[in-house]
Amino acid sequence: MENQKQRQAAYLRRSLFDQGYVDDQFIHLEELQDDANPNFVEEVVNLFYTDSARLIRNIELALENGPYDFTRLDNMMYQFKGSSSSIGAKRVKRQCCQFQEYCIAKNIEGCKNTFQGVKQEHATLKTKLESYFQMAREGSLYV
Amino acid sequence: MGMAAADLQFHVLAVDDSLIDRKLIERLFRISSCQVTTVDSGSKALEFLGLQDQNQPCVSPSNQQEVEVNLIITDYCMPGMTGYDLLKKIKESSSLRNIPVVIMSSENVPSRISRCLEEGAEEFFLKPVRLSDVNKLRPHMMKTKCKSLSQQEAEKMVTEPKQESIEIANVPSQAPQTQSETVQQQQKSQANNNNNNNNKRKAMEENLSPDRTRQRYSSLTAV
Repeated sequence: MENQKQRQAAYLRRSLFDQGYVDDQFIHLEELQDDANPNFVEEVVNLFYTDSARLIRNIELALENGPYDFTRLDNMMYQFKGSSSSIGAKRVKRQCCQFQEYCIAKNIEGCKNTFQGVKQEHATLKTKLESYFQMAREGSLYV
Repeated sequence: MGMAAADLQFHVLAVDDSLIDRKLIERLFRISSCQVTTVDSGSKALEFLGLQDQNQPCVSPSNQQEVEVNLIITDYCMPGMTGYDLLKKIKESSSLRNIPVVIMSSENVPSRISRCLEEGAEEFFLKPVRLSDVNKLRPHMMKTKCKSLSQQEAEKMVTEPKQESIEIANVPSQAPQTQSETVQQQQKSQANNNNNNNNKRKAMEENLSPDRTRQRYSSLTAV
């Protein structure tokens, strides 16, 4: 018998996919959860946000002043994109790809603008995932 | 039989500089009933395997035997030693060259893929790596396990098992491409059915093909 919170959690989860925040990699992560590891997805996401904060900070510093090392910027974003892809962060990943294209084109303004988009999507996803995980946890307490 | 259950469990060495990917790979293999060791660089992988830098003396053989690794899975793009460099070093080593190596990469570069396969990588996976990819690796890991198990058997017993062990050693070299394709097809259909199967090892054994191989493996892996 589903309770209100479980329904809300399911709704939040559904909208993550419908609004393109996450892709099917997120489902593959969910498939790795079992009774012994019921919070695996949340653990990976938390690890992602802890780890990516460092990457974001480094990119930010590298974008502050010239001369700009586009190869280094591209490499840093490649790492960040990889982690984002591993958790299924679809929108974040798209911004990362755009950023890399600007690196190849050696377009610093494009890089800077897109990086704002990267940070924004990164932060928005965090909020949405936190809400979803919290609701899912609260819902499971009543089972 | 006298064999410990641990003898039949696969041990995977995973190499990746990404913390997230190490966690993922670890989970993928643990859920497949494998023991996993993760390291964040090629040089640490070689250290773990008992192979030091060329400038340093090699570890003695007795030390190497304590660490049995049935598969090495490594990221391609890593600072310092790439996955390709690591692959080469492993294949150049007489003690390590028989360990199957798998390369992972988030970039789909055909020339990179063929270079790795030519150098001896068993598989090349695009990231993010999925459970279905990991399921493909069972046959590769089985090769190393059964070789060492059959050597133990040959020491204990005399006639029939010896014949078995010789034939097992030969099987992998016979049309490996076809073998792995058939296995992949079987595993794809089985993997979906076996998602909720708690006895994952048993499910994996059923995925082996061809039939000849399955008969031999099941007699060896019976505990």
